Amino acid sequence: MTSLDAYLLFGALLFSIGLAGALIRRNAIIVLVGIELMLNAANLNFIAFWRFGPHPEALTGIMFVLFSIGVAAAEAAVGLALIIAVYRHYRTANVDQIDSMKG
Amino acid sequence: MTLTEGMDQVFVLLKHWLVGLAGPHWQPLLSDLISVAALIATFATLFAVTTLLERKGLGRMQNRFGPNRVGPCGVLQPLADGVKALIKEDIVPSGADKVMHFFAPLVLVVPVFLALAVIPVGRNMAALDLDSGVLFFFAVGAATELSVFMAGWSSRNKYSLLGAMRAVAQMISYEVPLILSAIAVIMIAGSLSTVEIVKAQAGYSGVIPHWYVLTPWGFAAFILFMIAAMAESNRAPFDLPEGESEIIAGYYTEYSGFKFALFFLGEYVGMFAVSGMAVTLFLGGWHAPFSFLTWVPSWLWFFAKLIALICVFIWVRGTLPRLRLDQLMNFAWKFMLPMALLDMLAAGLWHFIPAVSARWLVCSALVLGAYAMLARGLIQGRKVAKRTYQYAE
Amino acid sequence: MSVAFFIIALLTLLSAVAAMTLRNLIHCALALAFTFAGLAAAYLQLGAQFVGFVQLLVYVGAVAILIVFAVLLTRGREPATQGIFSPKWPVGAAVALGVFGTLAGLLLSSRVLHHEAAAIAQAPVRQIGEQLMTHYIVPLEVLGVLLTAALIGAVILAMHERESDSPPPSKT
Repeated sequence: MTSLDAYLLFGALLFSIGLAGALIRRNAIIVLVGIELMLNAANLNFIAFWRFGPHPEALTGIMFVLFSIGVAAAEAAVGLALIIAVYRHYRTANVDQIDSMKG
Repeated sequence: MTLTEGMDQVFVLLKHWLVGLAGPHWQPLLSDLISVAALIATFATLFAVTTLLERKGLGRMQNRFGPNRVGPCGVLQPLADGVKALIKEDIVPSGADKVMHFFAPLVLVVPVFLALAVIPVGRNMAALDLDSGVLFFFAVGAATELSVFMAGWSSRNKYSLLGAMRAVAQMISYEVPLILSAIAVIMIAGSLSTVEIVKAQAGYSGVIPHWYVLTPWGFAAFILFMIAAMAESNRAPFDLPEGESEIIAGYYTEYSGFKFALFFLGEYVGMFAVSGMAVTLFLGGWHAPFSFLTWVPSWLWFFAKLIALICVFIWVRGTLPRLRLDQLMNFAWKFMLPMALLDMLAAGLWHFIPAVSARWLVCSALVLGAYAMLARGLIQGRKVAKRTYQYAE
Repeated sequence: MSVAFFIIALLTLLSAVAAMTLRNLIHCALALAFTFAGLAAAYLQLGAQFVGFVQLLVYVGAVAILIVFAVLLTRGREPATQGIFSPKWPVGAAVALGVFGTLAGLLLSSRVLHHEAAAIAQAPVRQIGEQLMTHYIVPLEVLGVLLTAALIGAVILAMHERESDSPPPSKT
């Protein structure tokens, strides 16, 4: 059986990959994908803590992840709709070029 | 053990005997391997039989013979088709995304066989008895949409892409009523495990079984489930993704040889899986349809029901013309979805009304009323006039 | 460290890296779907069967498809010569590395975490359902409202506006 810190390390690595992607990619969709990866890394941590925690019968971690998945689905739908609306307006999905608010 | 019980459990006993031959360390692995091998062999054979049945049946419906050259009355036609698919040249378009083009059929075939694993094909005969089996079924089914998209996009062909987009839009739209109609059964059975759902439909009142299809909400849910299942497996009248008169063959225009055969297999096995789920959820799984027929082996009943449902699929395909895309979407969102939601309400009422006659009355009224209102809403605003023929008269 | 965990983690992380670095956006989306499936496998390995299947259903079946659609709908006439990374990518990479370094350092230095799971934890579906319907009923209802709002909001945002279908305003 693998111990808790292995899973937490896995989650941390996934979170960092998502963060790096969200920070350095130019396409808005991939930025959103990076955010999704970060959310998933957090979910993994919840499940790992539920599994290795002192009270697995309380199901708190499971519940948190279920709600988190629901919220993430809503976030993805609205985020992608926003990106499509922005694309319609500017004809680009590159975050660098959407800079008309820049002083 | 009596003879009928022995016949009922013959495959289970055979597996136990085979597993018992191995050492104790290898027994779990061997048990799984035997289940998987049996599953693949059975449903691949059923696939061959079904292709023949479909071609013959459609032929009869359209006043022609169907295949009748290979073997007596054409019964060896599937074998000839298989050999043909294997020795045909495998063409990959030069502009295609080779890796995705290669993986798309695999992403279709593996999940549909996985989905079959949770379906109990007889008493004690579920390859995988999961606590959340129905959820597993729908979760692995989700991967087939990705496969269709991969096939259409990687072919680098406009007809493929059009077909893939149509297929994905259609599958997503019809997945909602498919799952919602299953939820009504889950609510009443109180379990997500397929084995438990079949158990919940055991017993008979007189000779009539306690199947969910024989209740008002169950009947409505069954019809909704079957319609959504036809759309999910991209079969006529919902075969827009591969409508040959419009977009050649949809997402598998650019597939040939063995990869095409894999798509074909995946599509049929997907149909078996979803029909098997319909049998499990609504038609009492492996239970006999009448109390005096319980001596017939359970697995025989399951496959009889499965083949009956497949015949319904073939019959519908031979009967109805293809829908238009706007009709397809209107039907999914304006009829199927509200109907499925109201059906869930009816199932809830069924659970909470204690008196038998009262719940039959209330649920029937709710389901029939919902059907009448929604069907009226669907027809309204559409000009239905007698078609005038210009040249055909 | 069990072999299964190692394989799952490796494949998931590799596909996550692929999703973040590939040039073709469709490839990114499919690599992302693979990452989600890998995470579902990790949940299954941890004994959270229900969550694993929900992850597959929601992420692979819905979110990945949604992203694929968004990619196809926003595939513009961008010149291919432009890089896929923003010009200031070293800063972003440094921040991500810093975050990972901090997290990993904290994890490895903590003493509480180095214990194995005592018993096999199980999350029966019946128990999850009962808790959702009793203890967590208010969050569940709020989530329902949120999803409905998101559904309507997404449709309105992405709806085709006939009036504003004019060419984009020139940048000043």
